[in-house]
Amino acid sequence: MDIAILINSILAASPPLLFAVLGETITEKAGVINLSLDGSLLLTAMVGFIIALHTNSVIAGFLTGMAVGAFIGLIIAFMSLTLHQPQVATGFVLTLLSRDLAYVVGNPYTHLPGPQVPHMPIPGLKELTFIGPVLFDQNPVVYLSLLAIILVWIYIFKTRSGLKLQGLGERPAAAFLRGVNVTKMRYFYTLIGGALVGLGGASFSLMVKPGWARPYGIEGTGWIALAIVIFGGWKPIRAALGIFFFVALQTAVNILQSAAPNVPTQLFPTLPFPLMILTLLFVTIGNAEWMNRILNRLPVGTKRFFIRTLKALQTSPPASLGTLFKKE
Amino acid sequence: MGNKTIGLELGVKGFLLLITAILVAIGLSTTILLIMGASPLDAFGLILSGSLGSSSKLAYVMTAWVPVLLCSAGLLVTFSAGLWNIGIEGQVVMGAVFATGMMQVLQESLPPAAVLTLAACAGLLGGASWGMLAGGLRLYGNVNEIFGGLGLNFIAGSLTVYLVLGPWKRPGIGSTSGTQPFPPSLWLPAFEGFQVSPIELLLGISVIVLASIALRGTHLGLQLKAIGKNPRSAFLMGIPIGRQMLLAFGLCGALAGLAGWVLVVGTSARHNLFPLISSGYGFLAILVVLLANLSALWSVPIAFFFTAISMGSLQLALQRQLDSSMGGVIQGMLLLSVLITKGLQSRFLQWGQR
Amino acid sequence: MKVELKNIHKHFGPIPANKDITLTVESGTLHGLLGENGAGKSTLMKVLSGFISPDRGEILFDGLPVRFTSPAQAVAMGVGMLHQDPLDFPALSVLDNFLLGSPGRLWLNRHPRGKELSELAGQFGFKLEPDSLVSSLSVGERQQLEILRLLWLGVRVLILDEPTTAISAQQKTKLFSALEKLALQGKTIIFVSHKLEEVKSLCNKVTVMAHGKATGEETIPCSTERLVQMMFGKPIAVSKSSKGPLGPPLLELDHITVSDWHLEVKDFTLRVRAGEVVGLAGLEGSGQHLVLKVCAGLLRPSAGQVRMASVNMTGKPYHRYLESGIAYMPAGRLEEGLIGGMTWTEHAALVERSPSFWVNWTTAEQVAVQRIETYRIKKQPSTFVEELSGGNQQRTLLALLPFQPKLLLMEHPMRGLDMESTEYIWKLLLSRTQQGAAIVFTSSELDELIERSDRIVVFFSGRVKVLDSWRTGMEELGESIGGKGFG
Repeated sequence: MDIAILINSILAASPPLLFAVLGETITEKAGVINLSLDGSLLLTAMVGFIIALHTNSVIAGFLTGMAVGAFIGLIIAFMSLTLHQPQVATGFVLTLLSRDLAYVVGNPYTHLPGPQVPHMPIPGLKELTFIGPVLFDQNPVVYLSLLAIILVWIYIFKTRSGLKLQGLGERPAAAFLRGVNVTKMRYFYTLIGGALVGLGGASFSLMVKPGWARPYGIEGTGWIALAIVIFGGWKPIRAALGIFFFVALQTAVNILQSAAPNVPTQLFPTLPFPLMILTLLFVTIGNAEWMNRILNRLPVGTKRFFIRTLKALQTSPPASLGTLFKKE
Repeated sequence: MGNKTIGLELGVKGFLLLITAILVAIGLSTTILLIMGASPLDAFGLILSGSLGSSSKLAYVMTAWVPVLLCSAGLLVTFSAGLWNIGIEGQVVMGAVFATGMMQVLQESLPPAAVLTLAACAGLLGGASWGMLAGGLRLYGNVNEIFGGLGLNFIAGSLTVYLVLGPWKRPGIGSTSGTQPFPPSLWLPAFEGFQVSPIELLLGISVIVLASIALRGTHLGLQLKAIGKNPRSAFLMGIPIGRQMLLAFGLCGALAGLAGWVLVVGTSARHNLFPLISSGYGFLAILVVLLANLSALWSVPIAFFFTAISMGSLQLALQRQLDSSMGGVIQGMLLLSVLITKGLQSRFLQWGQR
Repeated sequence: MKVELKNIHKHFGPIPANKDITLTVESGTLHGLLGENGAGKSTLMKVLSGFISPDRGEILFDGLPVRFTSPAQAVAMGVGMLHQDPLDFPALSVLDNFLLGSPGRLWLNRHPRGKELSELAGQFGFKLEPDSLVSSLSVGERQQLEILRLLWLGVRVLILDEPTTAISAQQKTKLFSALEKLALQGKTIIFVSHKLEEVKSLCNKVTVMAHGKATGEETIPCSTERLVQMMFGKPIAVSKSSKGPLGPPLLELDHITVSDWHLEVKDFTLRVRAGEVVGLAGLEGSGQHLVLKVCAGLLRPSAGQVRMASVNMTGKPYHRYLESGIAYMPAGRLEEGLIGGMTWTEHAALVERSPSFWVNWTTAEQVAVQRIETYRIKKQPSTFVEELSGGNQQRTLLALLPFQPKLLLMEHPMRGLDMESTEYIWKLLLSRTQQGAAIVFTSSELDELIERSDRIVVFFSGRVKVLDSWRTGMEELGESIGGKGFG
């Protein structure tokens, strides 16, 4: 199998998760958890497709998807920041509700053909050896998704506002002291994050998995996105690597399928999901006390190696994630 | 992720707000129906008749009610300790898997009552061990119980697919419709003319009553409540929080596993194991318990109400080209508007106390 | 900039925190604000720095009235406060902390800013690495960073709230010389403290507060007695009652070494006998809390042995320590000791070490009523603990202790309590020592340490000195805590 084609297909399938994970990373960096991803991806995918179908415009579909995603974010923000309801409960209810709404409203539109994002290779650049067919033989959404990784990274780590965002999630009391309007900013970032999730959902139905069906086939992906946010340590680049890893797993599973004809075919698509969740184990287990005790007993050379690799993998959330900010 | 009171407090003013919330939910659901070009009255009527319209439909609702009751009872335990047992779906599935396995091994070699009882025990064991796995992942692996539970849900699902299409497949062609169904002798006996098994009803009601009594009257219940409200203080007081949390996961898993057993042998069952056998009952129970504000008393009727909506909305798909998830929409809207109303109540109207 | 506070009133519900306070601070001066804990100093400074608004009164800068809507706006107007525990971002770098919230263009040009930070730091003799994480800094260094940040933003009035609580003597010297330099530059410095000696050594003028009022103002140099009189109403007479003979050793710490991520207490030995009261003293984070946690079994020493009544308990889990007779009272009443949302009766039922499965609610309520009476809490057993006053919560913590603990381990047991509660609770505690119990407690109140303990163990940056409370005066104790005599 040609490596270039393999990487090309991984990149082509990644945009939905990239947008969703980048969006949720921003939201969580501000200190808010939007647990509704599994449902909102479905709902925004459905809405994006329907609007694109009716208006015959892919762009309209994407914009509507983003609007719906932002609206769900608004509900989450309102219920937790203004009404002080627990974020996990709200997110969980919205997950189920969005999914059910998607199925109900999308019912008449199942298995219909609709507009898709056109393939747009970049002339000239696409001829470059290796990176040409990999990076520049894609469609605009893919280009946008790769650009998004860089843009989000630049925003968080290279701008003044991004620095305030980091502070906001770490210690809202200190951010408040420095003039950050904590509630307003959390609303803002939850909406932005939601819009990006919507962009991700629309990327499914208008590109990666065109159309709509019930079940759609991406059920469970939203949970994976949430897990990748953790796995990625709330950092855009590391999260992107996690996404590519997961998508590669899904691709690998197809290959595995043909290699093991005795095993029932329906089993394979389900495998990447538990694997991904369990990789979370690797990024949190290093913080456990008993693990530290075991590591301390190892001989110095191996100990240092293990500790370093394990510690490098560990992630810890923005300190104020999920908690309420109360001014004194 | 903290544990605060969820759902709506009752009292005269609380009751009025509840009515408002219900009206808002109905209003929103009506809007959706209108968008879909359906008549709201017709749709609600179908749901009503589809669930309570005839004695056989009512019986069906009552038997579907039982797994939801069992899961709700289990969730009352974990929620009281401040734990979000999203893994409950997987625990139901594993209960069904273990129960099916036991029955496949025993078949009719023992009197049916013995087989069914042993299968129930197997179901309890399967669910309990799955629950404790999720607890273990959290306690020893630092994996948040939401993701640990989800991962285990996925694994349970994959395992079922494997079993149904692999070692346990129907002779001839394996299909995702499930394993070889069990003979009627291994079904739970039902009333004559009313397709409900007294055993499952008794089980459902008594379990949730017992759960409520145990949570309020035992030291374990009190300790779980303490852990849910302040784990650090509970630890310093000498409560073994790790052990009790694992126990809570185990208990909830056991009850979920029992629900899985009911889904295999109960009157509304297909009497075999098939993928997605848990049918979302675990998550439905989460909604029920949240809406009931963790009260066992309210969980019973709300569970019935939600099960009725779910069953009734199946008719929408059969008779009106509306997706059966409309039921889920109604349930979700209801819970959402209650949460919003509760939030408004405590934040702006100062009517609620604790 | 000249600062004037005129007739400031602030109530929190029925509690008057500031009563008609008028205060003037000239620019270029170091003005001390002295008073005991709870005198109202923090509230007043929160008003001045924009955190809260006064019920009545006004604030004037150079004669012009100002009104603050938020702390950030106050900083923009030139007044900034350095908190005891600086409000910074541990997970971010020194430079990022410095830059967060500062005005400027969208793009962050870190490198030149880093150089400017180092330069500014150098002016005061501070050494701060721009790229290191704030979580790796000591409290003193974090304070230095915050001061630099506020200066960078152009504050002309700098308020320091109990800054010397958790810093070393070296850092204190640096801090004081930096403050003096700033005063010479024309900045106005307000130094809030309850430590008399420090205020005397640093400030030009001092205002004393007690019970929410400004009780007087003096120019330094002035007599200590005068200041004490303004703080307490009369000079403190420290009295001690005689003690009977002590019993066999209850707790032995045998050459233990214990550490956390930034501090190590090495090779520490202590023998606590029945009937004895041992006070652990020291600045915040000097190691005394680590040692107390080792006594309770909450922390495992990396070397040495812990023995209770000659039984080796090293490494055993916390519940074993509880079984062998210790009782641990944490500092955070509602955070670590009590459970908000549960009633007194429920707490009584929880601490009941009953083997039965079912809770006997009648007995629990009876026990609750009994304990409530003994400790004079004056509330119904059905009361939720978060509704109790601080003093009652402290009594509750005590009342919930097992009836006959052999060893009482307490963190700052009287923090935030009024004199009456303190006196009553210490009486109850000391009655237990007469029955053979031993007490080990941490405290930052010098008079409490001298009056109540038989021996005082002073900690400083992980090093230890043992003093006999009968022969130690307040000044010697204060100096030891500040680092004198540790080499």
